[in-house]
Amino acid sequence: MTMAYHAQMGHTGGDLSSADILAVLYLGGVLRIDPAEPQSPQRDRFILSKGHCSGAFYSTLAARGFFPLEQLKTYMDPLSMLNGHPDRNRLPGVEANTGPLGHGLPIAVGAALAARMRKESWRVFALTGDGELQEGSNWEAAMTAQQYGLDNLTVIVDRNRIQQSDFTENTIRMEPLAARWSAFGFAVDEIDGHEADTLLSRFAHLPIEPGKPSCVIARTIKGKGVSFAENQPAWHHGVPTREQLAAAAEELNIEVGW
Amino acid sequence: MNGATGRPASAGTQLFDCRDAYIHALEEMAAKDARVCVVANDSLSSAKLKHFKAKFPERFVNVGIAEQNMVGVGAGLANGGMIPYVCGAGCFLTGRAMEQVKVDLAYSQSNVKLCGMSPGMAYGQLGPSHHSIEDLAWTRILPNMTVVVPADPIETAAAMRYSLVHQGPMYLRISRMPVPRVHADGYEFRLGKAVLLRDGHDVTVIASGVLAARALDAARRLAEHGISARVLNMSTVKPLDRAAVLDAAKTTRGIVTAEEALAAGGLGGAVAEVLAEEYPARMRILGLPDVFAPTGTAEFLLERFGLTAAGIEAVALDLLENEG
Repeated sequence: MTMAYHAQMGHTGGDLSSADILAVLYLGGVLRIDPAEPQSPQRDRFILSKGHCSGAFYSTLAARGFFPLEQLKTYMDPLSMLNGHPDRNRLPGVEANTGPLGHGLPIAVGAALAARMRKESWRVFALTGDGELQEGSNWEAAMTAQQYGLDNLTVIVDRNRIQQSDFTENTIRMEPLAARWSAFGFAVDEIDGHEADTLLSRFAHLPIEPGKPSCVIARTIKGKGVSFAENQPAWHHGVPTREQLAAAAEELNIEVGW
Repeated sequence: MNGATGRPASAGTQLFDCRDAYIHALEEMAAKDARVCVVANDSLSSAKLKHFKAKFPERFVNVGIAEQNMVGVGAGLANGGMIPYVCGAGCFLTGRAMEQVKVDLAYSQSNVKLCGMSPGMAYGQLGPSHHSIEDLAWTRILPNMTVVVPADPIETAAAMRYSLVHQGPMYLRISRMPVPRVHADGYEFRLGKAVLLRDGHDVTVIASGVLAARALDAARRLAEHGISARVLNMSTVKPLDRAAVLDAAKTTRGIVTAEEALAAGGLGGAVAEVLAEEYPARMRILGLPDVFAPTGTAEFLLERFGLTAAGIEAVALDLLENEG
């Protein structure tokens, strides 16, 4: 939120709904990655398909040591490496340039196919939004993942139930979402996307079912942790005032860093 | 041109489908380099991939009829250390997946090679939905993208072999229109270098792809009028050989460009951009005017839009006669 305040631009709601998932993946030891060698051929690949949630992503990458935390203060500044949407050619730790929705999953499927062709054991994770799944390219990719039995691929859906203008179910219904993924050949598990232990134990046992790609639907709350932002479509790309930033910090029992 | 048979009048020359050279090169490369793989959108016959699939099943991915996914999968394969050749009809590969081409390949600088099959008006009577006359403008305009339009089977194979060592995204336009050879055995493809097919001092014809052989024929016809025409095969549309363009502007009296694409935004556009800024010269751009083609075979349509030796000859004569 501090970054969004700094840039006067951002996607606070989705940043907060996906933050716990990102923290578990990067700081909970799920992803086999090494910030000292971000291009290691054997690394697990994480692809943030919902590229607009760069605030949470960059914070997590910095916390994991891909670049100094201090650099977060340049979020969206002129010539910053921290573009509004991730750029893999500028920032270590970024696997794919995303932003336009529905791009991440096809790339993740391609990477999973590459691991298969090379007979290597690294895995691929993609984090998508829920409204994002309205883009048809996701389902094209899902069909490929099914056909090739890519059990080295895990799709995580940040199911915060809100897209830019309204709740998903008032816009384009996404339910029954788990059944849809199952019908597309994925082994599906639906869990609490804010419970670190639940996420950790799920990610410790992948694939969900051998021979099938995995889909983890993470039930989340848009704007999680900040009462006035929670479940408010307006906070999809809401930018806090200085007062709101202070209020959020007080609720979270932390200090506004800068 | 021989209008009755609809075949290029390159006397005594055999005609070739460049797809044969492309797939031969691709299979040879795959045999030597384990990183080479193919992504297809179910068009196995038109992309000549059946044999590749049988020979390298573990490095062949058919994503089905899903071009956006196809290009994204290519980007992911490249991320994973493979060198994917993403092959599909040019019209769908570019038009349907343009945002993926822009973001996943060009902006991302992904090492992915796009093979646009049956480009231009090769699909003839199937109509404008299946013509790929926009692809050169669309791909050329993208930063980081390299665009190559081989003129004959020799150059197709050479450009394919080059693409394997080229770092970054490329669009290769693979013709199915039968063309004669314009290059000799042993020809080496050099990215960004125009190939002088014939020297001349009155007018320069800068052509690409199917039009290269026709430009040579046009030069022979112009010689009968006592006009000396230079012919450049500009197979690299991007990065453009600016030096060759400027030299043509300075040492001949005019430039005619010829391509199987919209006159706007393609090779002609690229040449015009160089001339307008650096050395304004008289030029004509041969291609499709601002229209979609009517129904007809590919050969009929090329004739209709003057994309023939006679068409190039007429435009060159007109350019020289009206020097003002």
